[in-house]
Amino acid sequence: MTMEVESRREVSGEDDLARQELVVNVGPSHPSTHGVCRVIVHVDGEVVTKAEPVIGYLHRGIEKMCENRTYLQVVPLTDRLDYVGSMYANWAYCRAVERLASIRVPERAEYLRVIVCEMQRIASHMMALGSSAADTGAASMFIYAFDERERIVELFEELCGARLTYNYVRPGGVSFDAPEGWTDRLKDFTNNHRTALSEMDRLFFGNVIARGRMKGIGVLSAEDAVSWGASGPVARGSGVNWDLRKHDSYSVYPRFDFDVPTGSNGDAYDRGRCRLFECYESCRIIEQAAAQMPEGPVKTDGLSRLISPRPGDAYDHIESARGSLGVYVVSEGGPRPYRVKFRSPAFCNLALLPMLAEGHTLSDLVVVLGSLDPVFGEVDR
Amino acid sequence: MSGFLGGLVFGLAGGITIALGTIMGVWAERKISGRVQMRLGPQEQGPFGLLQVPADTLKMMLKEDITPRNADARVFRFAPYVVFVPVAMGLVVIPFAVGWAPLDTSIGILFFLAVPSLSSIGMLLGGWSSRNTYATLGGMRAAAQMISYELPRTLSVLSIVLLAGSLRPLDVLDAWRVWWLPLIFVGFIVYYISSVAELNRGPFDIPEAESELVAGYFADYSGIRWGIFMMSEYGGLVAASLFGSAVFLGATRWLPGALGVIVFVLVAALIASSMIWIKWTFPRMRPDQLMRTAWKVLTPIALVQLAVVGVVVPWL
Repeated sequence: MTMEVESRREVSGEDDLARQELVVNVGPSHPSTHGVCRVIVHVDGEVVTKAEPVIGYLHRGIEKMCENRTYLQVVPLTDRLDYVGSMYANWAYCRAVERLASIRVPERAEYLRVIVCEMQRIASHMMALGSSAADTGAASMFIYAFDERERIVELFEELCGARLTYNYVRPGGVSFDAPEGWTDRLKDFTNNHRTALSEMDRLFFGNVIARGRMKGIGVLSAEDAVSWGASGPVARGSGVNWDLRKHDSYSVYPRFDFDVPTGSNGDAYDRGRCRLFECYESCRIIEQAAAQMPEGPVKTDGLSRLISPRPGDAYDHIESARGSLGVYVVSEGGPRPYRVKFRSPAFCNLALLPMLAEGHTLSDLVVVLGSLDPVFGEVDR
Repeated sequence: MSGFLGGLVFGLAGGITIALGTIMGVWAERKISGRVQMRLGPQEQGPFGLLQVPADTLKMMLKEDITPRNADARVFRFAPYVVFVPVAMGLVVIPFAVGWAPLDTSIGILFFLAVPSLSSIGMLLGGWSSRNTYATLGGMRAAAQMISYELPRTLSVLSIVLLAGSLRPLDVLDAWRVWWLPLIFVGFIVYYISSVAELNRGPFDIPEAESELVAGYFADYSGIRWGIFMMSEYGGLVAASLFGSAVFLGATRWLPGALGVIVFVLVAALIASSMIWIKWTFPRMRPDQLMRTAWKVLTPIALVQLAVVGVVVPWL
């Protein structure tokens, strides 16, 4: 990692002192870039005058790779987009393919999809909260949050054998039915998780230093959130009540009773708290879904492994942990998609970084970046 | 004993004390942080993982000692000693028992406050000579922070000096009375907080803030030179705890004779452990918040404390 001073240019200060702007190259490998993001930061003393994210270090050409694979073979690729929330890209892609090929999904599979996605939301938010706490130096909060995530990862492992890239949601259903006693263990988890959440709330968000570090930092107005295309907790932290689970009520979400937490100040603190409260709501959804889940098959019968939809295109979106995740699939009639395009929420949210970080100190930059919760697998694709 | 021989003996004893203190400090940090984070901490190396630190030290000594190509090599290599030596020197004036300190001097308290803070020069040198933007920022932060926290720390210690009427640590220990405790309690809190800040430890570890500056002023150091930076941090932790225990709380006088020394060490261990506990619980402050705390909160409190003591002293 090179940290050389790239350029120095004179900055005119209000006083007579000659000042020089320092260029700090943060990343692409840095403790708080949450992956491989490079941010070129211009600092005047400690104050950031310009922060420019440089992306593409994790670009693997996934969208292009999709064009050379059958519809079923694309699913494992979608795992690698948002590797903190693999289930979302799985599901969003499968919804688009199901729409394109008019595949009906059994009801039990829809319930399982909702359950795993809400679990994924908790796991992803735990990662976000833990790492943004670590960015402010609260090392133990990071461990506590990851401990909670581990419980979910263990349940996923029981369900589909994988801990990170699940390949679980498939066109026409899900890969495996829940094993014996899994829903009971799920119930144990949600009960324990609520206690852990309130503990983390008191430990971190109740702490006077954490409040001082996060309140008023990276303030995003509701208008900006809308016009920059922000979504998920980033938009909701600014008071934009926008959640596809409510406003596009896909799948079986209309059957569940849950709230959409929103913030009011649009700062890093509100975004973080929004994630925390969403975990409570996800627990509620999981409990209702586990109680209502009907018996039955989890895959559509008689679906060919070589899905060949009629020529046409389909777009579908779901609410991922980071926001509105959209997938656009174009078919020319063959067994392979002609084009697959992902609308990744993390990419849109990351675009806010220069605006939010400017004028804050270098220490706040990592707080702002952490509060946007980008996952670079999804940003770079 | 002749001057040279005496100096040699004290030097060796001091070296052993600081080495032992550092080893215990590192070990306690690993164990306590392990417990705080629901882990076990080291346990395979010797009983209770006690040999973990010697193993780490050996590893650091064997690792390559890298000097970056762009660095100002002589200053870069020299800086760790400038950090370590003043911290180690601070230990010599601490009264380990009633009537005995390694170095009995009439300006002992002044010495303890002034000499270890010279290490900020070493941090600045290390950060500046690395030719690394992170290290430069870390070095600047370290200097600014240590200078700011010098003031409340000195002011809080002055209350004790005023009460005892002497700058000689042994006199302070002799003059120490139980009723001082409630009187200087606030001053002790100020001393405690500003000591944590002086040591650059969490929640005030902004010079080495790993999530922003990777490792701050010692980002480019490796091997034993990095180890010396670590050693001075723990040496400072031990010194601040021992000084707080003996001079501030007078723990040596709580029980008579040798028992007093045991109490003194236990209280110091308690202070050091709580500093470690705080580090692993709290988030880190921002540099400007840190400065505000020093100048707008701690310094006025320490001044009020000093004024209160000043009102009481003439009535003694």
